Amino acid sequence: MAETIDIVKLGGVKEGERKRPRSKEARREIACQTVADRLKNYSEVALGYTPDIAVAEAMRCLECPKPRCVVACPVHIDIPSFIGLIARGKFTEAAEDIRQYNNLPAVCGRVCPQENLCEAACIINDTNAHNPIAIGRLERFSADWQFMHSERRAEDIHKKPSTGYKVAVIGSGPAGLSCSADLAKMGHTVHIFEALHKAGGVLMYGIPEFRLPKAIVQKEVEYVSSLGVQMELNNVVGRTMPVQEVLDEFDAVFVASGAGFPNMMNIPGENLNGIYSANEFLTRVNLMKAWTHPEAGTPIRRPQRLVVVGAGFTAFDVVRIGLRLGADEARIVYRRSREEMPGRGEEIEHAEEEGAIFTLLTNPVRYIGDENGSVKAVEVQKMELGEPDASGRRRPIPIPDSNYIIDCDTVVVAIGQTPNVLIPSNLPGLATRWGSVIKVNRETYMTTVPKVFAGGDAITGAATVILATRAGREAARAIDAYVRDPYRAWQSPE
Amino acid sequence: MYQITDKKVLATGVVEMTIRAPRVAKAHKPGQFLMVMNREESERIPLTIADSNPETGEVTIVFLEVGRSTIELGQEFREGDELFAVLGPLGTPTHIENYGTVVVIGGGLGVAPIYPICKGLKAAGNKVVTIIGYRRKDLMFWNDKLAGVSDEVIITTDDGSCGIKGFVTTALEQLHDEGRTIDRIVAIGPPIMMRVVAEKTQPWGIPTIVSLNTIMVDGTGMCGGCRIAVGDETKFVCVDGPDFDGHKVDWDQMFNRMKVYKKQEQKAIAADPSCNLYFETLKR
Repeated sequence: MAETIDIVKLGGVKEGERKRPRSKEARREIACQTVADRLKNYSEVALGYTPDIAVAEAMRCLECPKPRCVVACPVHIDIPSFIGLIARGKFTEAAEDIRQYNNLPAVCGRVCPQENLCEAACIINDTNAHNPIAIGRLERFSADWQFMHSERRAEDIHKKPSTGYKVAVIGSGPAGLSCSADLAKMGHTVHIFEALHKAGGVLMYGIPEFRLPKAIVQKEVEYVSSLGVQMELNNVVGRTMPVQEVLDEFDAVFVASGAGFPNMMNIPGENLNGIYSANEFLTRVNLMKAWTHPEAGTPIRRPQRLVVVGAGFTAFDVVRIGLRLGADEARIVYRRSREEMPGRGEEIEHAEEEGAIFTLLTNPVRYIGDENGSVKAVEVQKMELGEPDASGRRRPIPIPDSNYIIDCDTVVVAIGQTPNVLIPSNLPGLATRWGSVIKVNRETYMTTVPKVFAGGDAITGAATVILATRAGREAARAIDAYVRDPYRAWQSPE
Repeated sequence: MYQITDKKVLATGVVEMTIRAPRVAKAHKPGQFLMVMNREESERIPLTIADSNPETGEVTIVFLEVGRSTIELGQEFREGDELFAVLGPLGTPTHIENYGTVVVIGGGLGVAPIYPICKGLKAAGNKVVTIIGYRRKDLMFWNDKLAGVSDEVIITTDDGSCGIKGFVTTALEQLHDEGRTIDRIVAIGPPIMMRVVAEKTQPWGIPTIVSLNTIMVDGTGMCGGCRIAVGDETKFVCVDGPDFDGHKVDWDQMFNRMKVYKKQEQKAIAADPSCNLYFETLKR
């Protein structure tokens, strides 16, 4: 259904008229659920812009001729262009404009760390400190608007005629979806193999509903399908079919299998009941909807006293889920200090507002079980910070005789994920680092095996959605060149 | 998507189901399992593949109606119905080579998954002695099928209603006492049976392989819910197993980890009218 937008009434400018940027105004806040409300549900915390607020925010943009934000954006979205379209009431067109650069705007508008990327680069920071254009919120607004108000028809989608080349994409997370969409637009036949029963990868199993609604992810998946991409679910390549069979059937293969293997600390008692990897805890809740158990079939322990080990994105997602599951106490235990926390500012704030406790400069050393074999406490050790290590962060050093006990009934270990070894171990000649991270040529995303490309967390270890999206996009370009002329395009990854 | 092409009730609460899943059937090797989701909101449950036919594209599972999802699968799904998801084959296949004489033990429901293993071992040139144990005669199934892929089949029942009275270990001890050569043992069944077999064979020094069926979510190495200490290491049953050296498995941990969701499962069964009805019917 098409909605008539009266742009003048909304405070914007008519097409062709001159825009007077109101950059001195404050950045428009996004409406959020109250803390009391959001702890009672799993719905999205940030509610999104209404059209009038989106237009007001878009009117602040200077639409710079040499925009720094575009340079800072990993996929170089033409930010002033889409914001200009919003200011002129062309919301759907704005989303289409973004889609030329990023196939997942509704996702990236929500989970991209804009405060470190485009928004950090915004020139308005120079004159109106801490008030950069809310680029992420506007991106989300236009993508949501498009989903709500326009019916995409196959003929509207800019697609080149069929090239006859067939490309397999292994994994339907951000890297896989982004690569598939671009390849399909270029006219190639694309077939995605997904191991789980729903497409979306980490967007479905990893990121919770209250940060990224699963209905939104499925909308983005539908968009990719609408480009003609075939999605085969419940097929774990390397088990359901040999990797070689995929190589034989397709002209090129893009491995985007993510970083799905959970790291554990290997300390005593880690296999007690009630101790989860972050992957298990998140998959149960996000993908399997265990919070609705017994309506959904998959159960989860409802923690009273939760300890989450780690302070990355994942740890904050887990601690906030714990609070929604009704935990009386939900604690982050992290071996460094607040400054070194890899989590996003907004999520750290939200977790704090919701009542998460931070126990910093502290590291678990062993778990203690009760008579039923369930965890009842964790013994921790205090740490201090020494000289910076390889990651550039100050290295935590244990303080002798500083151990003490924290009572808990559930522990979630969120100290990182590494790629699954299934594809490397089933594809002779595929070079890796540390046995699981696939080696590629950083320009072409080519691996050491002809025809095989890789991108996303599979080549970096766990990173961000936007970097995976970029890898998918850049790999699509390289794959396009390769299938058209394999001999010329071939480059060694070393 | 995954149509049920055949369903048989083998004994009270024991159901054999054949499902159309051509890719799984083609790739299946002995010892592997699959994940089933009955419906979109169901949990993912691991079930060992009991047979496969690459020509017809079908796989067979045999399961016990014991929890909410298996009761639902056994009671509410009929021939012609479709399952929401079937993923497989998963896990590292059972290592098969010519060992000489292999004793393959199946206890209760474990009789089904040993079928492809016996078949594979026999094809590799082994002498296959199969011991199958049940609680009672009326719970027996697949005896003939196993006879077709074994050199010898020994049946035990707890109450002596068929074959040797006693447990599978009673028959195993007899073979050992007779001085028969046993080069390797494969045991699949309830964890308590596998533990007892492994403890029995350890002093004999005979390699004993067991197949663990732990709690899993994805079945592909992602969640680690299935992890278990084997020797000095923590292993993931879904990718490192399900076969392990029975002498190295931390059995106490295995039993402990199986009861993680006992409370939640009871709650789910209590809340589900069809499960209640099922248990009522069993009592009658």
